[in-house]
Parts: sequence; C-alpha cells; structure tokens
Amino acid sequence: MIVVAVVHVLLALLLAPLLPGVINRTKAALAGRRGQPLLQAYFDLGKLLRKDVVYSTTTTWVFRAGPSAALAALLVALAIVPFANARALLAFPGDLLLFAYLLGLARFSLVTAALDTGSSFEGMGASREVTFSALAEPALLLGLVAMAREAGSVSLSDVYTRLAPVSLVEGGGPVLLLVAAAFGVVYLAENARIPFDDPNTHLELTMIHEVLILDHSGPDLAFLQYGAALKLWLLGSLAVGILIPLHGAPPVPAMLGGLAGMFLLAVVTGVIESTMARLRLVRVPQLLVGATLLSLLALLMVLA
Amino acid sequence: MSGRRLVHTENAEVLPVGDVPVVPVVTFRETVIDSVRDGARLVAFFGRPQEDRRLLVFAVLAMPDAGPLGVLAMAVDGRYPALTGACPQAHLFERELAEQWGVVPEGHPWLKPMRFHRSWQPGRDAWGRDPEQDPRPGVTDFYSVEGEEIHEVAVGPVHAGVIEPGHFRFQCHGEVVLHLEIALGYQHRGIERALVGGPDKRTMPFMETAAGDTSIGHATAYCQAREALAHSTVPPRAMALRGVALELERIANHVGDLGALAGDVGFLPTASYCGRIRGDVLNLSALLCGSRFGRGFIRPGGVGYDVTAGMIAELQDRLAEAARDAAEAIGLMWDTPSVTERFEDTGTVSRETCMEIGLVGPAARACGVDRDVRQDAPFGIYRFTHIPTVTWDTGDVFGRAHVREIEILRSVAFIQEQLTNLPRGGTLAAVAPPAPESLVVSLVEGWRGEICHAVLTDGAGRFARYKIVDPSFHNWFGLALAMRGEPISDFPLCNKSFNLSYCGHDL
Repeated sequence: MIVVAVVHVLLALLLAPLLPGVINRTKAALAGRRGQPLLQAYFDLGKLLRKDVVYSTTTTWVFRAGPSAALAALLVALAIVPFANARALLAFPGDLLLFAYLLGLARFSLVTAALDTGSSFEGMGASREVTFSALAEPALLLGLVAMAREAGSVSLSDVYTRLAPVSLVEGGGPVLLLVAAAFGVVYLAENARIPFDDPNTHLELTMIHEVLILDHSGPDLAFLQYGAALKLWLLGSLAVGILIPLHGAPPVPAMLGGLAGMFLLAVVTGVIESTMARLRLVRVPQLLVGATLLSLLALLMVLA
Repeated sequence: MSGRRLVHTENAEVLPVGDVPVVPVVTFRETVIDSVRDGARLVAFFGRPQEDRRLLVFAVLAMPDAGPLGVLAMAVDGRYPALTGACPQAHLFERELAEQWGVVPEGHPWLKPMRFHRSWQPGRDAWGRDPEQDPRPGVTDFYSVEGEEIHEVAVGPVHAGVIEPGHFRFQCHGEVVLHLEIALGYQHRGIERALVGGPDKRTMPFMETAAGDTSIGHATAYCQAREALAHSTVPPRAMALRGVALELERIANHVGDLGALAGDVGFLPTASYCGRIRGDVLNLSALLCGSRFGRGFIRPGGVGYDVTAGMIAELQDRLAEAARDAAEAIGLMWDTPSVTERFEDTGTVSRETCMEIGLVGPAARACGVDRDVRQDAPFGIYRFTHIPTVTWDTGDVFGRAHVREIEILRSVAFIQEQLTNLPRGGTLAAVAPPAPESLVVSLVEGWRGEICHAVLTDGAGRFARYKIVDPSFHNWFGLALAMRGEPISDFPLCNKSFNLSYCGHDL
C-alpha cells in the first residue's frame, strides 16, 4: 500500500499547478474568452526558478526564510493527507492536529516574512490573513474532530479510509455533508478565492493573500506559488474525499476517481468565481463563523 | 442684490473684457461667497496678470436662477483674504491661483502646491521657493493623524494597474479610513501656458489630449469658444454630428466604467463583456472620423468629416446592437445580489456635501442634484433637443453606477434620433479670427461632467489666458470625502465609481 501512497504524493506534486489552470480556463470560458494556457502555472514556475532573487535592504533572514519554510510545511502536510480515501504516506494518531498546525506554520512563515518588509500594504495583508484564518481554523478543526469522533480515530488516514460509497447514505451522512460544506468554505477562504479574495486583482488595497507575496521574487516567489497550488490540492482533497468516498475501490480506479473529483472541484471553483462578486471585507468573518457553526453542528450531532 | 455686481452671460457668448465689473476685493469676496451660499456654483476662478503687476482675478459662477453664468473680477496685489474658509468650492482654485501667479490667499486652510510647477510670474512665489529649482511632485506636507492604532498607507504615484500616476495618502484606524489626501501633478504638461498666444496649429491637438478620454468634450468646448470669439455659427448638420460624437464618447466611457466597477468586485461576466462593448462603441467613433477617441472630428466651424447615408445606417445598426449587449451585460450585474450588496452604501456622498464642494457630472447627479450643462446652459444641438437629466438620490457607488446606466440609454436614444433626422447641408463653416479684448466662457457636459473653457483675448485677438477646468478638478475632493469612514479595501471601488482624470486635473 505504500506504493499507492507514494504515487499519490507524486501525483499531487506533479498535478497541483494544473488546478489553477483549470480554474482560470473555466473562468475564461464563462466570460467568453479563450484564456491562458492550462499549463500557465508551470510556465510561470519555470520562469521564476530561472530568475534571480531581489531582496529589499530593509528585510532580514525572516523574509528570506519565509517561502522555504512555508513550502516545507506544506510538503510535510502533503504526506499526511490521504488522497482518494487510501492511507497517506505518514499516518499516526493525532496527525489531524499536526495537519492543521502545519497549515498554521506555513501561514506564520508567510505572514512574518510579509511583516519583515515593513510595507504598509503587507502589514494590512498580514492583519487580514491572520484575522480570517483565525476564524477559518475552528471550522476546519471542529469538522475534523466531528469526523474523527464518527470514525473513532484521530488519524486522518483512518478517518478517510473508513469513508466508503455507503458512508454518505448511512446514519453519518448528514454529519459528513455538514463537514463537507464547512470544508468547502475553508477551501475557498484559505486559498484566497472569490468570495473571500480576488486572485486576479491588481488592487493592493483590496488584497489579502496576493499582497503578502508582493515583495518576493524569483525562486522564492515560485516556492510561494507552488505552495499555494499545493494548498489548493490539500484542502480540496479533504472536501473531495468526503463527497466522493472511494474506499474499497481498486487502487487505479480510485485514483482516477479522486483526480476526477479534484478537477471537478476546480471547475466548480471557476464557476463560483464567475457568478458572484467578492464579499465586502467586513462580511468575510460572518461567512467563516457560519462555516464554524456548520462544523459545530456536525460535532454536536456526532456527540448526541 | 449680489446680482448687480456681476455681469451675466450665456454659455459660449462673447463678452468684451471691459464689460466684466472689476470690484474691490471685499465686494468680490462677499459676492462670490453670498452667491455660492444662495446656490450658485464656482465654475472657474483664474488670474491674468496686468501691466502694473497686479493680478486680475476672474470668477465665473453658475447661477441657478439668473444667468446662467455670472462673471466678475478683482485686482489683487500680492495677497488677498482667501475665500476658501467660507466657500469650500474655492479650495483648489485658490491653491491653483497661488501656484500659478505667486499671490497668497491669506487664511487659506490648506495652502500647498497642487501641480508642482514653478510660478508663472517671475520673482513671485507663494511659498518663497527657490525659483531656480523645479518643485518635485508629491514632495510637500501631508495631513497626518496621530494616535494609537493609527497607521498611514501611501499608494502610488506608480500603480499596479495601467493607469495614470497619482499619490494617495490614507490615514487609517485599522481598516477604516479617517482621511484621504490626494496629491496629483505628475501629469502636468503646461497646456494652459502653451495655449497662450494661440490659436495656432498646436491648439487642437492640445485640446484633444487635455484629457485623452474626453477628446470630443474638450475639443467641443474649445471650438465653441473659438466660434463665439469669431461670431461664427456652426452648420446645423455639424451641430447634430457633434452631439452624436459627444454622446458616443459618453456611452463608451460609461460602459467601460460599469465593466470596471464589476471587475473591481471580482464579478467577471459584466467586466469581460463591457470591456468588449466599450470597444464596439469606440469603433463607432472610428467610423465617424477614423479615430476611436474621436480625434480630428471636431473642428472650429463644424466637424472634420461628413457622414454618408450608408454610414448612418451602419452607425444605427451597430449602436443598436452595442446597446442591446450593454443592457444585457449590465443586467447580469444587477441580477447578482453579491454585486449590489457591494455597491450599495459604499462611498456615500451626501447631497449637502455635494452642494458644498460643487461636484459635477454623474457624481453630482447620483447625489440627487439636478445638474447638467446640457439642461442648465444648453449648447449646440442641445438647445434644440433635450436629453432628460438622470438623477438618483443615494450618492453611493450604486447611485453613480445607476446614473451611468440610464444615461447610456438616454444617449443611445438621442443618437438614434439625431441620425434619423440629420439636417442636410454643409459640415464646416469658415471661422473668422478671434475678436480682441474679449472673454468667452464655454461649457460642455462631457461624460465626467462640466467642462469649462474660459478664454481671454488680447488686443490682437490672440489668447491672453486660456483656462481649462476639467470636471475632475471639481470632483477629486469628492472622492476624498467619499472615503471618510469607509474601509480602505473599498477605495478602488469608490475610485472607479468616480473615475476621474489625472491629466485633466494636472493639465
């Protein structure tokens, strides 16, 4: 089974940058445009990796370490998140907490690097990022706890490998759907998608995620962009794993099913971004608290 | 009572300079301040040096009940008591006057340079700066707020988008903007000074690029002034075609603005479609004269190009199609609650504020102020065909968007009507040389609002002073006030809803 887990990690490493490509092409198609190439994210990464890095004289090692630390945290997280309801490369009791805090560590590295520049834009972006993720984290954690309680294990791999196609219609169905809805919101919020953030905007004053990486360049920026793609993959696979439970299917069909689910999610993201506007910044917490309530409700149902 | 101290004039009516009453400073202040308090609006305020080194300062007021325009002047020797304290509309005008001629409006609450150029009057500088050094734009004092959790955000002059340069200083408490100060001047090209001694071959290109997106508007304002000075009339066919071009410019820009507003809240469909439709409408201007921005179309004496029956049919068909597409694209936006939620109650300017600072154009009409040159001081074709004025009473981003939306409909109907009943005859009349020692004030309702060109000629009929007031000049301060108490993240949206010109302001 370790082979399957290794293949899953390799797939994620290889295909994650395709997700933004699919989202962009979906948006372009709905707007009547042709859009950028599907592989644009790969081209950008290749270009950035070949460039030099420019560091502002006001920055310190904190700024330089940020991108690498963030990417490292996300790579470790990749090893503990199960894909297509098969066991992950690393699985141990309590890994779901480690997962949540690895995301936190990535964010911490990113935010401290941004604050290190001393730019007022990045300060505002850091403040927004931290405020909103502090509200998104309970939604994620409570949802994971509800699922852990339902599955009787505190390991992500255990939780997800106990989800088979029947899970959604069994007694635990409503719990799973509530958690999936909460994870969907977290997926959009944490990945800076509409309605929370606008990944396409050039307006610094409205940005959340994009403004944090304004001062990074070259391979550092490539690390951050690749990290963002991995995060899209990680949080996406948590939601897809619930909605398309594949445990029990043979490895190859399960893998294909999981991939189909991921790209379907990317298309759905593109559709959401094409059909609604961004929220007013003051409304973002309300939606995140709503997601937390969904998770809390799921937890109460499990406990009841 | 104050009316007797002014000379009344019509839009684009020539007036001997000697007819303008030159009153003592005290009377001048009193007249302007009282008139504005009674509902008049400061349209233009500018100086012209006299031989005795005193500065003759002219004020042009839009009078709602009498007029439509009132003009008066005062002679200033070095310094005079500022009007701004009692008449906020004079704020930028007085800063401009101080910067251009080195006179000091004493007691002006915020006297700083606005375009950052050397004084035009050698040896006189309102701030006593080194006359050998060119001032650098943006290098000045800024209003600042101090306190715990107060932070300052500086944006520009170089922006992330492909837009003009301007510097914005926000004083924020967390995400909330306490005060916004806008520093412009980076686009100053010295147009007004370059026009002195004209009209010549350079005059038209200067007009058409005073604010590049308002080529038709500024060119029309200039030509009206030029024709008035020559006492010549424009053939009816040319008059109608000028109206068509002006409304095409309005439609193209309004459509582009609505799309950009949708883009700023991340609503892609309207943003994408409107971007394309704006191009379709610009192409209609290209059909008229070969330039998408209408350059070369408006000429003193008429228009540079006539239209054929085939062109009229094509214009009407393509305009109808663009109008249908625009209505659909804009409808998409209003059918999406997440968009309307973002527009409503964002960047509100009250009717009182609007009156006090003298906003113009859609920004004023969105505050419920019925103010439109096409109605208040009709010019050209608008003296014969009226376009109903569109107002809305919320004063927010939604209001400014909605006024634009309805204005598109009105302009389309107007163009279709004009093209259907286009008068026959020539399109270009001969224009005599300008009359000497005259003043003419020419107003045009451009798509952003009132464009004012005030021209003074010398004894030989050359331009002695050419004052251009772009609508942006009146409205930039409105944007600053609209941002008070708003989240800083809504600034781009508010900014887009005003969509002001940097070069129109900087000249």
